[in-house]
Amino acid sequence: MNAPAELVRQHLIDPEICIRCNTCEETCPVKAITHDARNYVVNFDVCEGCRACVPPCPTGAIDSWRKIAKTQPYTLEQQLSWDSLPTETEPEAGGESEIPDEVAQITAIATAGQGGVAAPPWSAAHPYIGLHTLSRPAIATCTGNFRLTAEDTSSEIHHIVLDFGKTAIPVLEGQSLGIVPPGLDANGKPHHVRLYSIASPRNGERPGYNNVSITVKRVTSDRDGNPVRGVASNFLCDLKKGDAVKVVGPYGTSFLMPNHPGASIMMICTGTGSAPMRAMTERRRRRIALNEGGDLMLFFGARTPGELPYFGPLTKLPQAFLDMNLAFSRVPGEPKQYVQDRIRARHEKVAAMLKDENCFIYICGLKGMEAGVDEAFAEVCRQHGLDWAQLLPELKAQARYHVETY
Amino acid sequence: MTINYSERIPNNVDLASNKTLQRALEHWQPRFLDWWKEMGPDESAALNVYLRTAISVDPQGWAHFDHVRMPDYRWGIFLTPPEKDRKVNFGAHKGEPAWQEVPGEYRSTLRRIIVTQGDTEPASVEQQRHLGLTCPSLYDLRNIFQVNVEEGRHLWAMVYLLHGYFGRDGREEAEALLERRSGDADNPRILTAFNEKTPDWLSFFMFTFITDRDGKFQLAALAESGFDPLSRTCRFMLTEEAHHLFVGESGIARIIQRTCDMMNQHKTDDPAKLRGLGVIDLPTIQRYLNFHFSVTSDLYGSEVSSNAASFYTNGLKGRFEETKIGDDHSLAGAEYPVMEVIGDSIVTKHLPALNTLNERLRDDWVKDVDAAIGRWNKVPEKAAIPFRFKLPHKGFHRRIGVFAESHISPDGRVISEADWTHQHRNWLPTSEDQVFVQSLMGRVTEPGKFANWIAPPLRGINNQPVNFEYVRFG
Repeated sequence: MNAPAELVRQHLIDPEICIRCNTCEETCPVKAITHDARNYVVNFDVCEGCRACVPPCPTGAIDSWRKIAKTQPYTLEQQLSWDSLPTETEPEAGGESEIPDEVAQITAIATAGQGGVAAPPWSAAHPYIGLHTLSRPAIATCTGNFRLTAEDTSSEIHHIVLDFGKTAIPVLEGQSLGIVPPGLDANGKPHHVRLYSIASPRNGERPGYNNVSITVKRVTSDRDGNPVRGVASNFLCDLKKGDAVKVVGPYGTSFLMPNHPGASIMMICTGTGSAPMRAMTERRRRRIALNEGGDLMLFFGARTPGELPYFGPLTKLPQAFLDMNLAFSRVPGEPKQYVQDRIRARHEKVAAMLKDENCFIYICGLKGMEAGVDEAFAEVCRQHGLDWAQLLPELKAQARYHVETY
Repeated sequence: MTINYSERIPNNVDLASNKTLQRALEHWQPRFLDWWKEMGPDESAALNVYLRTAISVDPQGWAHFDHVRMPDYRWGIFLTPPEKDRKVNFGAHKGEPAWQEVPGEYRSTLRRIIVTQGDTEPASVEQQRHLGLTCPSLYDLRNIFQVNVEEGRHLWAMVYLLHGYFGRDGREEAEALLERRSGDADNPRILTAFNEKTPDWLSFFMFTFITDRDGKFQLAALAESGFDPLSRTCRFMLTEEAHHLFVGESGIARIIQRTCDMMNQHKTDDPAKLRGLGVIDLPTIQRYLNFHFSVTSDLYGSEVSSNAASFYTNGLKGRFEETKIGDDHSLAGAEYPVMEVIGDSIVTKHLPALNTLNERLRDDWVKDVDAAIGRWNKVPEKAAIPFRFKLPHKGFHRRIGVFAESHISPDGRVISEADWTHQHRNWLPTSEDQVFVQSLMGRVTEPGKFANWIAPPLRGINNQPVNFEYVRFG
């Protein structure tokens, strides 16, 4: 494993906002800024970070910074080739924390639907990030492994409980843990980290115990349907009680639930995208007696009821606590229903929640659902005199719209 | 270096030590304020606007942000600090020390150059004075006001030169700058493009994107001047000009963004449907681009110009980035390609570079506009929409120079009068286009809200949030 690299801030120019006016290059006292026909760029070796270029920049593009390992700055050639800045993966808390590259990449892909990592709701609790690193992973013990989907379905999803003993693992609903599968890959390198959403609330799968649950789908084919054996998912789905698991994390600073009384949550998910929703719902269920108010609305899609993780426990929750809307796309004899169809059907309440500044929206599942959900929201908006194209950026700006898709 | 704000006219030129000049400018100041009241932005006197004001000309101080009432904006005289031992860098006087006073033999030429530049500054304020009433957001309202006050300051910059270096003639010219009016039949502004109307925000953004970019290239050429006070004045103006280009470029990009969003949402590229949805279809934006590009192109003057040659040889006006060009800076024997219409074809000829400096500056500008259009095109590209914006041919819709007597299609064919009559409606904004665009112009002043036809910006001003109260009413 790499020794922790010294992190520094690299000064960059956002090519999406920059208008190539040359003001920065003109202003820079040490001639750190240069350009070609395409981009204006900052030479890491020359820039002293004096910020003389910042106030004169007419666009704000100049005020862009990325945390990087000191020995691996973005080169001028890289910067000259950019159409947009690389995704910000800067860890907030902990100072010394370390985010593995693959975690950063996964995060970048997962949050692309909302235009990169967003701010959390204002009332979110403060997350801890990257406490356990690749060089010093936490060792957890499996204390439970249950199949959530019916035996006769092709989708095999497991609910896995990990106990951390005396190792601190402060997590929040919506965060993820990284799992490092044992052994080496075909090239003799350690396996890549895989990220799994936490399915339990912050005080544990079982309150008072130092444990966390995750939701894992056994991967038996790739995106194109070719048979493939997912290393981490198969390792996890095959865990027996007492097995040890190397865990890194937690990760995630954005997909966090609001905590203020009266906050409503709209959750839209498919498959294992239900994990963070289960965590949030369970957090609220445990606090039900506090009468804090605020609605919970869930849109949950699967092919059949048998493939819906947490189907049994969900259906036992009172509708007054959780407004549940299930959509099944492969029930014989019934029309195909997707989450977006259910959103359209519930347009009255959805519109009211979109308008409610105390309502926060969470979307988690396969990438394919994004477009459909987006269209459904746009349609609901049109029906109710709202403008989705205008509302969406507002929702994002208010940290009310969170997307994690894969 | 610090600007003295306790003086009536903030300045970094030690105005107090030159009582004659100080009195002359203090006499001109109330006349300027009267002009601002009469011809400045409509119904704006009471508004508190989040403006950028220079408090010194070093990088830390020249962008100070605060809410101010526009009539209280501190217009002043700011020059980039002198460069030690600066020389005349081109032409016959190359290598001589830069002039701190006007050389007698170039006096009238320099005055003409300064007056022509100075005249565009109040002209654009006049052209834009009604637009605040139809702003698409507080953010945009703030931006247009920032552009306006800085154009006002650019007028001050030119008037300082006229008063300071041209005596009585200069003072008379400074008065005349406040007397001409954009679009006035009897006393119009000097250049045609500055007498056109700017009736809507699409035109405004196009104007700041394209025509203010002409300003950038003219100022950049004058910043090379051997007359040092003009050079230093223009250098500081260029820093402000960048904001105007930004307003235009990002403004149009946001309009394109909004239209592309609607095209994808409604799965249509039908202009009629898109207009029904209250957004500006991309072909209409292209037609506005064609218009502003061609009209502004004329501002560079004739391709072949002996005036331009003498400006250069005499060290008054250089080329864009003159000192970065690696040649002899005298252009002796050098050639430059220029187009010409012969019969029904366009041919390129090589002419003496000295006589074609207008064309060269125009080409530098075209390259700059074209690169920015490439950045606009990223918007449809990202949205998987095949439409791409394209600059028309240099000869399209020209009134000045070698193309003035011909009709050139946007793709660069010489066409007949009849063809032009049939087709120009596809290439230039029609009256229907203009009526439609103007029909969209309603005023949006709730913080964070934007008119339906334009997307919010990616970033606020001075790192403020997009929903910041950029303008306070009452």
